[in-house]
Amino acid sequence: MANEIFLNELNVGDCAVVCELSNPPHTKKRLQELGMIEGTVVECIGRAPGGELFAYVIRGAVIAIRTSDGSLIRVQPTTEKGE
Amino acid sequence: MGLTKSSVGKNARDDGLRLQYREPDDRVIALAGNPNVGKSTLFNALTGMHQHTGNWPGKTVASAQGYFRTQKHGYILVDVPGTYSLSAHSPEEDVARNFLCFGDPDAVIAVCDATCIERNLHLILQILESGKRLIVCVNLLDEAKRRHIRLDLPLLEKRLGVPVIGVVARKKSTLKKLGECLDNLVDTGAPPTDFSIPYPLAIEEAITVVERALDPKELGGLDARWVALRLLENEPSLLAELTTYLGKDLLQNDLVLQAVTDAVQTLRLAAIDEEALADMIITSVVSHAAELEKNVTLSETAHTSRDRRLDRFLTGRITGYPVMLLFLMLIFFLTVKLSNLPSSWLSALFFGALNRLEAVLISVNVPAWFIGFFVNGMLRVAAWVVSVMLPPMAIFFPLFTLLEDAGYLPRVAYNLDRPFARCHACGKQALTLCMGFGCNAAGVVGCRIIDAPRERLLAILTNSLVPCNGRFPALLSIITVFFVGFASRGNTALLSSLMLSGCIVLSILATLSVTRLLSCTLLRGTPSSFLLEMPPFRRPQVGQILIRSLLDRTLFVLARAVAVAAPAGAVLWLLANLSIGDTTLLAHCASFFDPFARLLGLDGVILLSFILGLPANEIVIPIMVMTYQATGILNEPSSLEELGTLLRANGWTATTAVCVLVFFLFHWPCSTTLLTIKRETGSVKWTAVAALLPTLIGMTLCALVATVSRLL
Repeated sequence: MANEIFLNELNVGDCAVVCELSNPPHTKKRLQELGMIEGTVVECIGRAPGGELFAYVIRGAVIAIRTSDGSLIRVQPTTEKGE
Repeated sequence: MGLTKSSVGKNARDDGLRLQYREPDDRVIALAGNPNVGKSTLFNALTGMHQHTGNWPGKTVASAQGYFRTQKHGYILVDVPGTYSLSAHSPEEDVARNFLCFGDPDAVIAVCDATCIERNLHLILQILESGKRLIVCVNLLDEAKRRHIRLDLPLLEKRLGVPVIGVVARKKSTLKKLGECLDNLVDTGAPPTDFSIPYPLAIEEAITVVERALDPKELGGLDARWVALRLLENEPSLLAELTTYLGKDLLQNDLVLQAVTDAVQTLRLAAIDEEALADMIITSVVSHAAELEKNVTLSETAHTSRDRRLDRFLTGRITGYPVMLLFLMLIFFLTVKLSNLPSSWLSALFFGALNRLEAVLISVNVPAWFIGFFVNGMLRVAAWVVSVMLPPMAIFFPLFTLLEDAGYLPRVAYNLDRPFARCHACGKQALTLCMGFGCNAAGVVGCRIIDAPRERLLAILTNSLVPCNGRFPALLSIITVFFVGFASRGNTALLSSLMLSGCIVLSILATLSVTRLLSCTLLRGTPSSFLLEMPPFRRPQVGQILIRSLLDRTLFVLARAVAVAAPAGAVLWLLANLSIGDTTLLAHCASFFDPFARLLGLDGVILLSFILGLPANEIVIPIMVMTYQATGILNEPSSLEELGTLLRANGWTATTAVCVLVFFLFHWPCSTTLLTIKRETGSVKWTAVAALLPTLIGMTLCALVATVSRLL
């Protein structure tokens, strides 16, 4: 899709649908276990001081993900809220 | 901080859990669940034990066990570390997975958080799939209610096919039903439910092929479908555990090997390689959980706007750091302010009693050496430690626990991630650092929450750079005596807490620089990925916190300190009263260290006290005082003013005080911490590094301060 971006490019307050995780297997599995699979809607709700860490709502829980990990997650922005 | 008997006591040393049966027919129950869903609270409520609880992921670092009775049975309850799934990533998840899958519990209680049921279901589905007898315990219903989340528990029970019980673990009365349910489950001997997660057709076919080749009698009670799936998944660490459990490698059996090879072949033809298989398995579980959740949740507003507003304030780009510092200072301010008075009461009480005791003993002609050894040696040092340490601890611990319980610590880790990432370390190191404020040994054990071995080692090696609770009172006394003074009474507490906060900031900076230094020298590497869960804020259980932090932490730490201080007092008395030539042994030792200590801005007595204080930092100052008094009797330092007079009379200047402060922050860890590091790293080399690092830093800084002040 044309308008796909990476998770770390989401602004605070934006929502997106997860398309693909290209993280190393270990991290990928962690993310999947937290419910982040293809089609999951995530919402970016905060940015840590320093700006390298973002907080996302994933299936009702708040998970902080570093920019370096988020840059391997392809998502498609959406206006629809997750829950 | 997790400073409890189970985390620093002898249980923590025992990785291979030994179940303590009281009667031969006691049943073993595993208590499992995601991190931070109130497992430990439930554990305490059921067993009446004091497992410390806190609102941040990764609390239970080693399995703890407790005992409780219902009307019919005795149960051994094993509190398994929190985990998101049965595929282990970190050492503590290893413990959880192995006990749940291969520990043969009679039943499993899976605790889940009513406010976040979907994610919790993942683990529950996996446990169900492994064929264990299960009771699902939906906890935190009160929090859910507050967030207007309504759950259809009967429907969940129907869909899962196992008992589902809603509880509020903080309210004991809601637990009765759980006991009845357990009795029922154990008594009926009902086979585990035949629940299974539906997978895509190709995988289902592969499972059937392998399952058929397995002989159920050879599986030691494990579920055949589950074993088949694991064989297909081919995850090395799990297969190794499976082999250990069964006492043989299933793949040695030609029939099984053939079936697995065939099944894998068929999957390949359908373009499903190992990675795709893993993806599909996990996706099926997540989707199944999502579908279940959609049905059982009647209404929800998950992450509330109140939480968001709080988070925006506590972790905001502008407000995050100032708020953190403010909390730190507030805690110290209250600790300093409130502990002065009780401290002087206690010391008046104890020393008054000791003086009377001595008078009585003299009057009944007890030998002088006995009075000296017993009363003046052991008891006086012990009394000193109690009166100086108890009040600050009794205030500091509950305050800190309050923040912990409300869920502030993960926010600290979130705020501090950037600096730690810069130092190529894991953001969770901020959590273990916070544990270190309570007790460095507990902090070192806590490092198990970090997955990557390199980052774990970084966290372990740098943990003793932050002052533990045994060092706070000492820092506080010296600051009060030398820098704050007693004239301006109004601002004393404020000024002391400012300086103490300064010490903490210094120690955090040292932690960061050493971490950075290590990661570009001894422990080179890039930071691995890092995911941090930020649990919802919870209303702290004030009453429980007060009781628990007093009973658990305060008294436990105090008991340890007294246990070390009393014999140390006796040894000191001997050293001070046995002489070679004209001078006492103590004086000999002190003068031996003196030349070197002078270089560091200290003196022989101070260095000697630090060395003798190896078993516990709490006794360093008492030793110092005793040595200076040279009488071998610890007089009542009824006020800090007297302490100041004594120290100044022995040549202390402001420079000496600064150097002592620095050395208190950075010197070798206490013996308990060293033993813990040895156990956690399994290496003498790293233990030595952990001891040398802070010592070298302390010595360098002290020498620097001393030299500069001499030049000025």
